[in-house]
Amino acid sequence: MHMSDGLLNAPTSVVFLAIAAAGVGFALIKARADLDDRTAPMAGLVATFIFAVQMINFPILPGASGHLLGGALAAILVGPYVGALCVTIVLVVQALLFADGGLTALGANVTNMALIGTATGFLVAVALRRLAERGRGGLAAVAFVSAFVNTLFAATGFVVEYAVGGAGGVEIGKVALLMWGLHALIGIGEGLITAVTVTSVAAIRPDLVHLLRGSAKPLEVRS
Amino acid sequence: MRKFSIGFAVVSLLVAGVLSYFASGAPDGLDKTVEDTGIAEHAREHPLAGSALADYALGGDDAFTGVAGVLGVLVVLAVSFGLFWLLRKRSDVR
Repeated sequence: MHMSDGLLNAPTSVVFLAIAAAGVGFALIKARADLDDRTAPMAGLVATFIFAVQMINFPILPGASGHLLGGALAAILVGPYVGALCVTIVLVVQALLFADGGLTALGANVTNMALIGTATGFLVAVALRRLAERGRGGLAAVAFVSAFVNTLFAATGFVVEYAVGGAGGVEIGKVALLMWGLHALIGIGEGLITAVTVTSVAAIRPDLVHLLRGSAKPLEVRS
Repeated sequence: MRKFSIGFAVVSLLVAGVLSYFASGAPDGLDKTVEDTGIAEHAREHPLAGSALADYALGGDDAFTGVAGVLGVLVVLAVSFGLFWLLRKRSDVR
């Protein structure tokens, strides 16, 4: 879901670069509280894992694929602020080293995947925290739903950006319908990957799952 | 923490280094959307399209996708570890 350069006009690209910079700056300030000697290495591992898994495009329809965005995954494991930074690092490395995602489009791409994706994924996960604390099945369900929602909202980010200043003047309803339809399917894949990853981490090191930290009772893994 | 960290990193290396060969080459949701609507005609080539690791290949050769992936994993690992380690709250226990 990395846009190339040229899909948005210059002023729109600048606006979303500013939004991305403000959001990442805010995350940098807030992330500190969630980072200590134990969680900082975990955050590095999460960013690395998201980079690796983003390479794996899975088929959704003949002639179309999708890949993990990672917002909900990161937010559940390391919190929303550190999570947003994880996805941002991945996007910057992809744009600079792998020519994946345009340079002028970087602001919009960070806005969609790192900010919107992580924030919406986190909000859903927190709203369902009770369920996540109930055991492995509950945690898997919460991870799936938050990841599905993060995918749809990140896709909506592009729809909004295109409506603000997209090239080509294509009817916005058409863009929205395609984006939402395709990303509803991609969201299922995102949900499955996120559920498997989060429950795997929780099974080995529940203390490293940000969403479960400070919960009243520790997660009963073997329930 | 040690075992867990090594395990997690090894999973990432395997995904980027091996599983990446099995990834679908079809356009993703956004690419498909812009292709089907004609928006893609306005896309400009990436300024770094000619760089060594562009498109997760090595000098344009897809046979080395796994190598490009492993290099990417190492770069992300180094950058993120560095950043998060610097940002962390220092524990006073020394």
